[in-house]
Amino acid sequence: MIADFLATPVGQFVFIVAAILAIMIPVLIGVAYLTYAERKVLAAMQLRKGPNVVGPFGLFQPFADAIKLMMKETVIPSGSNRLLFLMAPMLTFGLALIAWAVIPFGPGLVLADINVGVLYLFAISSLGVYGIIIAGWASNSKYAFLGALRSAAQMVSYEVSIGFVIITVLLCVGSLNLSRVVEAQRDLWFLIPLFPMFVVFFISALAETNRAPFDLPEGESEIVAGFFVEYSSMSFALFFLGEYANMILMSAMTTILFLGGWLPPFDVAPLNWVPGPIWFALKIALCLFVFLWVRATFPRYRYDQLMRLGWKVFLPLSLLWVALTSGALMLFGWLPSPA
Amino acid sequence: MIATLAFYLFAAVLLASATMVVVARNPVHAVLFLILAFFNASALFLLAGAEFLALILVIVYVGAVAVLFLFVVMMLDVNFAELREGFVRYLPIGGVIGGILLVELLLVGTAWTISPQAPLLLAEPVPEAVTNTRALGRLLYTDYVYLFQAAGLVLLVAMVGAIVLTLRDRPGVRRQNVGAQLARARDATLAVVKVAPGAGLTVVPKPEPKPDPEPVEHGHGGHHGGGH
Repeated sequence: MIADFLATPVGQFVFIVAAILAIMIPVLIGVAYLTYAERKVLAAMQLRKGPNVVGPFGLFQPFADAIKLMMKETVIPSGSNRLLFLMAPMLTFGLALIAWAVIPFGPGLVLADINVGVLYLFAISSLGVYGIIIAGWASNSKYAFLGALRSAAQMVSYEVSIGFVIITVLLCVGSLNLSRVVEAQRDLWFLIPLFPMFVVFFISALAETNRAPFDLPEGESEIVAGFFVEYSSMSFALFFLGEYANMILMSAMTTILFLGGWLPPFDVAPLNWVPGPIWFALKIALCLFVFLWVRATFPRYRYDQLMRLGWKVFLPLSLLWVALTSGALMLFGWLPSPA
Repeated sequence: MIATLAFYLFAAVLLASATMVVVARNPVHAVLFLILAFFNASALFLLAGAEFLALILVIVYVGAVAVLFLFVVMMLDVNFAELREGFVRYLPIGGVIGGILLVELLLVGTAWTISPQAPLLLAEPVPEAVTNTRALGRLLYTDYVYLFQAAGLVLLVAMVGAIVLTLRDRPGVRRQNVGAQLARARDATLAVVKVAPGAGLTVVPKPEPKPDPEPVEHGHGGHHGGGH
């Protein structure tokens, strides 16, 4: 009965909508509670309490914040380009969500199991810069514009090394399909043989999501919150949510590329009873904790140091590792066999 | 059915946005329409089953090239009134050039014939099971590897050329030399002096003067070093 319905075009449509909701709602709840977790973790590291008033342990704080932001007035600056000004936050948030279409949560648990999943993720993350650059330009404000320029230069720089890291991983997998990337790590997570690339990828992910210590597109102390200085209310909230959704996405990418996706750390009895999606979520949570930990620990980079790290350290290093990895794979005959 | 509808939708948006690139008054809008055109072209690739080309188009053109375009165009100080002024003045010469290009296109289009040997030269079709990433890779890296490498060399030369043309060393600019900063030892910069109470610093023993390799380069020394 249900199988017959799902075979019809209408049934397929309903199934896909249901699958999209089943992915989006947990992601949105994750985003809401990531803001809470960030405040709690930072507070604990600075010997404070963090949000503890709204609900038990302050657990309803994200909802209180959301309601507050929705009640506020959306201010559109008079000299701004209205259409682009309103489009930019939607673009940022939308891009952060559509990338989840190809993320495999477990064996076979993926909305779109496409052949070029890695390229799709890379393409989506390289589009993220548009939300920022359009916001900066459409605001018609010099602080927003400066913030957008900084951010665009930063994201373009670190994308290059992320690209090389992804190529290194793909060389070891032999496929661009994300499920196969995970399956290739069944015996050994890529974290171990490709450890330097993992470090480069994680630091580049920090820069790509504009997180501390590379949060100078926002630079509260010099350019007063940077590219979204003119935004208020929901348009601001969408940028904010987009940033956190991107953090979760980058953690998911780190998990898939280096930490074995849904696979348990060791394929032994008590560990492999736990279902794959739970392992996946736990690994994402671990990466997110490191994101927050880094924010609590390191001061902001200076702009020239940021550029130096990206172009003069990470780019040659990742290029060298591409050459070394492909050389080693050829030399020892470890090249993955074609599908 | 759905694929045909999608094709006409994407093709129509592609042509409309390509027209807008030329017509749009505001250069930033023109670049944004160009990006929309790229997206629709990529969707057409997807419909044709070329998923690798589709995503490479988005990554390279939308993710990198168009960002740089937008970067440059956004910083232009455009005076729209002035732009409109020139329109009538440049209309004749622009029209003539456009006319010549149109005639050329028409001549090429009508005179174009496909050589009868051409179908024989085509590479054999890709079997169903092979993904088009693998098929493209095999074609580029086995059959056309020298041409591919030559294209890479051309790009490399262009890149080096661009750097050579724009890199200039202005005198008097203080640059940070991280290596020199990290190489500074404590003895070269710091002297611990025991001062008798009430005596003041009458004689400051100078630290061992070291030969400074680049005096200008790390002029502002260790205070601005490393991980600020």
